[in-house]
Amino acid sequence: MATIIGGLTTSHIPAVGNAIAQGLQEEPYWKPFFDGYKPVRAWLEKHKPDVAINIYNDHGLGFFLDKMPTFAIGAAHEYVNEDEGWGIPVLPPFPGDAALSWHIIERMVEQEFDITSCQELAVDHGFTVPMQLFWPGLTENPDFPRAIPISANTVQHPIPTLKRALDFGRALGRAIRSWPDDVKVVVLGTGGLSHQLDGTRAGFINKEFDRMCMEKIVTDPDSLTAISRMELVRQAGSQGTEFLMWMMMRGALGDKVNALHQNYVIPISNTGAGTMILECVD
Amino acid sequence: MTSDPIDPHSDIEGTTIFDGRMAMKGYALNKMCYSFNKAENRAAYLADPEGYMQEYGLNEAQKQACRDRDVLAMIREGGNIYYLAKFAGIYKLNMQDIGAQQTGMSVEEFKEKLVRQGD
Repeated sequence: MATIIGGLTTSHIPAVGNAIAQGLQEEPYWKPFFDGYKPVRAWLEKHKPDVAINIYNDHGLGFFLDKMPTFAIGAAHEYVNEDEGWGIPVLPPFPGDAALSWHIIERMVEQEFDITSCQELAVDHGFTVPMQLFWPGLTENPDFPRAIPISANTVQHPIPTLKRALDFGRALGRAIRSWPDDVKVVVLGTGGLSHQLDGTRAGFINKEFDRMCMEKIVTDPDSLTAISRMELVRQAGSQGTEFLMWMMMRGALGDKVNALHQNYVIPISNTGAGTMILECVD
Repeated sequence: MTSDPIDPHSDIEGTTIFDGRMAMKGYALNKMCYSFNKAENRAAYLADPEGYMQEYGLNEAQKQACRDRDVLAMIREGGNIYYLAKFAGIYKLNMQDIGAQQTGMSVEEFKEKLVRQGD
């Protein structure tokens, strides 16, 4: 049977992709951020997951406002990266796991999560930056896993509630664990933490709120479901709603997790950047 | 579970909630910005901005906001920041440039503001 070994969190800021492309990892601005990934890579090298479920939010590459799925699951053999408008070099395609995707889709709908399945999905920085951070070299990396993208809408309100995100994750965990093949799965919760890009409140970051979220996501994720979506915007900033991805990830891990590592850096670009390893206990 | 207010435009200072109303208002503007994912479309816009905006059906207020590269005005006219980021990319403006413009700061001041929040 498939096992979930744990979850990883990370920001997915486009500027990080740029820094990797330009080899700035040792620069004073970037070093405290990139150093936070060394323990994550060591953990991944030790456990070598076969599949990464990459929970991210599309920012206007894979989806537009004409059709905006609340929850979308990739169901393809591979996922292409494309130009997002900034002319950053396009990355090679990411191998998928279509059989596992369809199993997850079947089980999610069975559990009454009516998702959108995607046989073609261009993946943007939300998906690609975490893959670059965790598996440098991507497909050149011998441990590079197959990946399944899951995107939740944070572009347009109404966005999902934190409770729905956590429940989605729990259903996802059951779906993965019911896959008969012996594969090791890691679940990525990407995005966040607090940041706001738009309006006269642009540049808003909330360290205390981020710290609280990083603590509660480990010990008591259910308590976070009391936060309304507008309160999340208020406390985390307009784009801090990406914390929903962390809730989805957390739900998939089961009740108890061990936080093996955490790093928090302000600011990376306009954002409070949180990196964690949450290892499944049972 | 706490329920949200009916009006999701909210009272959060300096913040526009991009909901259905804004998504309808800004549809043409956002659709144009979405097209800027492709390099040939960015080039076409730069070659003839007026023609390009006309093709996408922008209204006059949206056109003027684009001419002025005025991000706050673009948001007011229904622009969503994720799509506007692609418009900004045409002019090689990053998120600190955009942040500085919206808050009336220099880019250096804006970056200092970001750093201070880590203290």
